[in-house]
Amino acid sequence: MSETRYTDQHEWVRVDGDEATVGITKYAAEQLGDVVFVEVPETGRNLGKGGEAAVVESVKAASEVYAPVDGDVTAGNPALADDPAKVNADPEGEGWFFKLKIADKSQLEKLMTAAQYAEFVKGL
Amino acid sequence: MPMNAQGRPSAPGSAKQPEIPTISGDRGLDHEEALIFELGREGVTGVDIPDVQVSDKRLGNSRRRGRIGLPGLSEPEVVRHYVRLSRMNYAIDSGLYPLGSCTMKHNPRLNEKMARLPGFGDVHPLQPQQTVQGALQLISELMRWLTTLTGMPAVAMSPKAGAHGELCGLLTIRAALEARGEKRTRILVPSSAHGTNPATAALCGFRVDEVPATEDGHVDADALEAKLGPDVAAIMLTNPNTCGLFEPRVKEMADAVHAVGGYFYCDGANFNAIAGRVKPGDLGVDAMHINLHKTFSTPHGGGGPGAGPVVLSAALAPYAPLPLLLQDGDRLRLIEERGALPAEAKPFGRMCAFHGQMGMFVRALAYMLSHGADGIRQASEDAVLSANFILASLKDAMSAPFGDGPCMHEALFDDSFLEGTGVTTLDFAKAMIDEGYHPMTMYFPLVVHGAMLIEPTESESKESLDRFIHVLRALAKEANAGKRERFEGAPHYAPRHRLDETAAARKPILRWRRPDLPQAAE
Amino acid sequence: MRYLPLTGDDRAAMLAKIGAPNIDALFRDVPSAAVVSRSAFDLPDTQGELEVERGLSRIAARNVAAGSVPFFCGAGAYRHHVPAAVDHLIQRSEFLTSYTPYQPEIAQGTLQYLFEFQTQVALLTGMEVANASLYDGSTATAEAVLMAQRLTKRPKAVLSGGLHPHYAETVETLASLSGEVVRAPITPGKAEDFAAQIDNQTACVVVQSPDAFGLIRDLRPIAEAAHAKGALLIAVVTEVVSLGLLEPPGHQGADIVAAEGQSIGNGLNFGGPYVGLFATREKFIRQMPGRLSGETVDANGKRGFVLTLSTREQHIRREKATSNICTNSGLCCLAFTIHLSLLGEEGFVRLARANHARASALADRLSNIKGVELVTPNFFNEFTIRLPKPATSIVDALADKRIIAGVPAPRLWPQERDLRDLLIVAATETASDEDCDALVKALSEVL
Repeated sequence: MSETRYTDQHEWVRVDGDEATVGITKYAAEQLGDVVFVEVPETGRNLGKGGEAAVVESVKAASEVYAPVDGDVTAGNPALADDPAKVNADPEGEGWFFKLKIADKSQLEKLMTAAQYAEFVKGL
Repeated sequence: MPMNAQGRPSAPGSAKQPEIPTISGDRGLDHEEALIFELGREGVTGVDIPDVQVSDKRLGNSRRRGRIGLPGLSEPEVVRHYVRLSRMNYAIDSGLYPLGSCTMKHNPRLNEKMARLPGFGDVHPLQPQQTVQGALQLISELMRWLTTLTGMPAVAMSPKAGAHGELCGLLTIRAALEARGEKRTRILVPSSAHGTNPATAALCGFRVDEVPATEDGHVDADALEAKLGPDVAAIMLTNPNTCGLFEPRVKEMADAVHAVGGYFYCDGANFNAIAGRVKPGDLGVDAMHINLHKTFSTPHGGGGPGAGPVVLSAALAPYAPLPLLLQDGDRLRLIEERGALPAEAKPFGRMCAFHGQMGMFVRALAYMLSHGADGIRQASEDAVLSANFILASLKDAMSAPFGDGPCMHEALFDDSFLEGTGVTTLDFAKAMIDEGYHPMTMYFPLVVHGAMLIEPTESESKESLDRFIHVLRALAKEANAGKRERFEGAPHYAPRHRLDETAAARKPILRWRRPDLPQAAE
Repeated sequence: MRYLPLTGDDRAAMLAKIGAPNIDALFRDVPSAAVVSRSAFDLPDTQGELEVERGLSRIAARNVAAGSVPFFCGAGAYRHHVPAAVDHLIQRSEFLTSYTPYQPEIAQGTLQYLFEFQTQVALLTGMEVANASLYDGSTATAEAVLMAQRLTKRPKAVLSGGLHPHYAETVETLASLSGEVVRAPITPGKAEDFAAQIDNQTACVVVQSPDAFGLIRDLRPIAEAAHAKGALLIAVVTEVVSLGLLEPPGHQGADIVAAEGQSIGNGLNFGGPYVGLFATREKFIRQMPGRLSGETVDANGKRGFVLTLSTREQHIRREKATSNICTNSGLCCLAFTIHLSLLGEEGFVRLARANHARASALADRLSNIKGVELVTPNFFNEFTIRLPKPATSIVDALADKRIIAGVPAPRLWPQERDLRDLLIVAATETASDEDCDALVKALSEVL
């Protein structure tokens, strides 16, 4: 049973057992506009919560994607190098950025639920 | 009486023309133009050079084996190609170019003529110094103008552009701190700063600490002072700032950073608003680059070359980079290396090969001599007057976040007047192209939403400004009346419609390749 | 003042519209202590064109123009014939007085020539991609080293002893901020063995060919040695005309090429403005500094060009940008592009051969003078000779006879006693037979 959590930096985390899949939210993808480039982390890289994990660029903006929790990267989405438009087309599905093995599941509890994130975006 | 009834008609006929695509793809004076690589062929050249054969004897094992792949064209073909390309460009010579923060003022042709005198244009940087005393005199004379106008004791001439000047200034500061045995890590940069400021600070190994702006478009001096501490190397302020406003508390901020042992770097991009009226040295500045291509009108040339000399305070002067120019008896002497330094000099290094942008120096000095000190002051005043005139004439039709004025040499608007119209800042600016104008600077500074920064410069007549104001008022009115047609997809009357920047960035094509060759054949 | 269109009446009307009593009111935010009076400057007042031209011409006349004497200086700046059409075209208003092409719909002229320039540079250097130019060759070299440090995440740059010393100092100034710069010993006329200096902390090896003494370097073994340790090879070219005759660095394993483009289309100008060429491999473009023009289509499907990949740049990335560079060397790269288009393949290759032939012949004649020895066995259009006396005094003596004989090595390496007698001589197509005769004769006399 997977559940999705959200950060205030507009990343989403889908948890499946010990593994988390991370991407940027639909709201973030819309704010960025047409995504033209994505750099995902290498497999095996150790990420600390809040640390820079990936880069996403539109024509006129560049942003860092942060690790929502501590963990080791188990995969980067290889499809984004050739087709970064996936981030706009399906941000919370095929447009995922990377997967990581969660080091401390308790960190997830601090993240927002879907309802909380929707409320958070409304306030922006 | 015999008469010729076959003369050509002289009436204009119907003015209404259907939109017929032309056969050639050209439209009257608007020519399409292929890439030079698509025009050329083998075995043709536009330069007659004797065909001399050479042996491999002195080429080591390094003689080129393959062809380069350059196209061959005769001179008339090359001339036509570049003339046609030129006609696809907007230019200050052809119209008002109100790009805020870029200073598109008139480029006098006398300056071009002077830079091409053989005594300036055809001298080598490493000729014996006794054969280039005139070149050194010219640099020395320009140094005198720059230090006098800024009220600063010294100037480093070699930086090649504004950002290069910033780099020079921060490296000078770094060297001065090192000489004091200090390693300071932080530089305070306002949120309204040009992107080059944080980029330069980071390049020099400093941590950028952003200072917010106040509601009225100034640097928040209280916030800045609160951030000061013994680890602050410098503050980096643009004054007049990027909102087009003079910082009223600039001296206080300078004193505050000096009190904690830091330096005041001033981004001099907007010196053209105050030259001849204010000496930055009186404001506590320690280092300031001067964009000769802005304030002193060396041409922008489609994006360079620029020149960015840096004036320095007495505290920083000893650390200026090589080369140095000294008076040595009745001669000028260029010091290019550390072995021959005067006692007090401790240069931090070298910014570039040779001695700076001589060609730009000649143009800038010709501009200064033409204006004189009185003309430079008048030019600054006219630039400020024109910007305030635009602000006063447009603030009711558009929306000016700091509309109470006065502004300095540029007038800042935001997009609140477009709210609910469906027209964006980009649409509004692109519609100006159809009206025959270059758009203003858009979406900068970042502290204002949908920013539009208009810098008319001193080069426009009142008639030209009146016409510009009339057009912008009318455009604002149309946008507010919900007439979106002229904005959507504008420009309609330019050599190109809006270009697909997304496609360009997703799959970059950065060079031409022969279509018959596979891409891997590099 | 002839450049200022506003009249006194205009100014009064404008102030009235603004609601300001006088111009001073617009400067009210300036602290009173910083306001200066009209007469505060010890500088002259407005002058007419005639006076300005007279004054500046007088200063210019104090210089010995290269074209007025037998002239043999190179060392990073070369005197070539530039066709008249080049200067005419770059002075067209639409090129000269336009800004950076931020509005592509009305800047296709600039964007297209930048695209042509990028292609020409890639072809000449044998690399995959090139940017729209940097300030000059020396700053391009420094940027290349920073780029190599970013790409390899290693600190050390090893500089060849044959790298132009101004370039080496520029690199040291910039690259030692984020790493370490090591300069190899100077070996005039000889190749270097870098293998021992490259370790697993080395980001790049920087080698100039032809080097500062004019010697042609074989880059292939250096590329191999660098790549074997995971370092990059940065090739530096200060005389791009050499690429008409020599194998390009891209075909010898270079990862980045930094070059001075002044030789094509641009005058000597006492050292600037020049134009920095910067080329690399396609896979490195996101770490490349400087502007790029890219091909795309407009809303009607017509081909057009835009500035692209600008998220690398300072105006977007700010403190995380690849470089702080904002301007390129637009008009100088236009001059480069037009001159190279006029030359074409045939003209460019002929120009290169003419240069080599002229320099070869002169080297033969000079080394026949008693006591003069050719130091560089291989060269393009510039070579080094050893004189029996200190080179600086010889150059000064010849300058008194109105012959500019070349660059004495001590001008570039003042601390190196061993180089005291070396003279670096460049002979391009602009050196006539009479010029060469005059140099040979005068040098024989002063030695």
